[in-house]
Amino acid sequence: MREIFLQAATLWQREIVRFIRQPIRVMSAIATPLVFWLLLGAGLQASFKPSGMPAGIDYAQYFYPGVIVLMLLFTAIFATASTVDDRRQGFLQGVLVAPISRATIVLGQALGCTTLALMQGAIFLAMAPLAGIRLSLEAIAVSAAMMAVIAFAMTSIGLTMAWRTESTQGFHAFMNMLLLPIWMLSGAVFPVAGAPAWFQWTTRLNPLTYAVDALRRALYLAEPASSGATMPMGSSVAIAIAFAAFAFILATRVARNASTI
Amino acid sequence: MSASTISNPSQTADDAIRGESGALDVRALGFRYGDREALSNVTFSIALGEFFGFLGPNGGGKTTLFKLLSTLVPIQSGSARMFGHDLAGETGAVRRRLGVVFQHPSLDGKLTVGENLTNHGHLYGITGRRLRERIAAMLDLLRLSARERDRVETLSGGLQRRVELAKALLHEPELLLLDEPSTGLDPAARREFSNYLEHLREHAGVTVVLTTHYMEEAERCDRIGILHEGKLVAIAPPGELKSEVGGDVIVIRAQAPELLQRKILQRFKLRSQLVDGAIRIERIRGHELVRDLIDAFGEEIESVSFGKPTLEDVFVHLTGHQFFAEMAQTE
Repeated sequence: MREIFLQAATLWQREIVRFIRQPIRVMSAIATPLVFWLLLGAGLQASFKPSGMPAGIDYAQYFYPGVIVLMLLFTAIFATASTVDDRRQGFLQGVLVAPISRATIVLGQALGCTTLALMQGAIFLAMAPLAGIRLSLEAIAVSAAMMAVIAFAMTSIGLTMAWRTESTQGFHAFMNMLLLPIWMLSGAVFPVAGAPAWFQWTTRLNPLTYAVDALRRALYLAEPASSGATMPMGSSVAIAIAFAAFAFILATRVARNASTI
Repeated sequence: MSASTISNPSQTADDAIRGESGALDVRALGFRYGDREALSNVTFSIALGEFFGFLGPNGGGKTTLFKLLSTLVPIQSGSARMFGHDLAGETGAVRRRLGVVFQHPSLDGKLTVGENLTNHGHLYGITGRRLRERIAAMLDLLRLSARERDRVETLSGGLQRRVELAKALLHEPELLLLDEPSTGLDPAARREFSNYLEHLREHAGVTVVLTTHYMEEAERCDRIGILHEGKLVAIAPPGELKSEVGGDVIVIRAQAPELLQRKILQRFKLRSQLVDGAIRIERIRGHELVRDLIDAFGEEIESVSFGKPTLEDVFVHLTGHQFFAEMAQTE
């Protein structure tokens, strides 16, 4: 047990250290969603009044949790992508022949990438007042916990794909194709209430919907009426955690069977 | 020679109980990628403390064999035991005894030399004082102490290879497995790396198994195994292999090699090989034949080369293929 902890911790640490030493990664991970939010949020705010929007909340506020999730998603894609090449001709080769289980490798990677996402999330939370969102300490704590669950789930999906994809290009293409629609269909961009029935159904089947909804509640803890959330907090959190656990187990399975030919 | 014999008198009682002869015992190993047979029925043993090399062109099966022995890829058919432990069933025990140097870098360039080694130690469950001592010892052994705080990406290719070696040896493996360790190094760095390997064998008492396509690297091994098209076509000390080639090697280039080959057969009753457009003859006291050949066919001959057999000649002798022509085809 001690050994597993040590092994996972050293892989976790490596992800953090190499990230910090690449300033361009730090910058791009923060800048991309920020630009997205500022431009899209500001542009849409004037002309875009989605139906089903609760009273007393403007679009920038509604979109804010959605942008956080988008950022977690980008981080998950970029942080896990290196696995594709790394296990063939990089750092992971040495890890693969060490006395360490594949599940432990995936755990270390997933925790490392989750931490990276959270570090960026923290910066993003700090900018909430700019959007006119006032966050209590309690809201920040609960939001950070929800973000950790979402980041862990996204990272696990990223690792699942990275361990079975042969090329980095293929990995990026697939992840964008998979994750962006999941994000759009999660109620992150506009309220589901006003959308067509098929859309509402797809949203209901999307596990990310519940995670986004729980994050909404967490961020607007003080004013639940204007949070835009539609589901009870307890079940949303439970579904989000189950989703993260399922994604992680899937990643360990795929990694165990991944060939290194 | 003593290191190359299969029954090593210094084998431990433990080994005797297991019925094993030494470091590595491979029986009828085979591997297929779909329809393509990459390795077929490979059997060999490597003694404790031996310095062993697998020589062959790319595509000959070296890399597949390396991946199987390093536990990167599960065994499909046949068996392999390392220090008596089954590679398939006792992977954990095998991995603890095994140090691996990959053809491609396995260091994290963004981390320092020291951080890479610490990381490696943790993966093998080594911590605290013991880890610090091991790191210091390896840095000292490979003359890297001054570089401990340098990021790996700032080091030269030769230095990075040395860090790979330090890393592979950190957990005190009994067998060091290296895949084309000097590929990508310039000749000077290659010689230096070979010297370090030699130095390690003497000081760390480790069994060394490497794959290579460099003749000079193979020359330094106690024994070499020659892999061609997935088969182990020979296994012996380099000197012995070279003496198997009949005497001297004469290679003749001519405008019409087939015609000249027939004429040589008629005139000297001599069979020759046609390799890569050149006539190749193995013969004891070859210098006399060179004289006679030039007397007889001086007009038709473009060039004649004459020499003692090299490992390249051994490869041609065994397979009828030119070693580097083979490389060019597969690359």
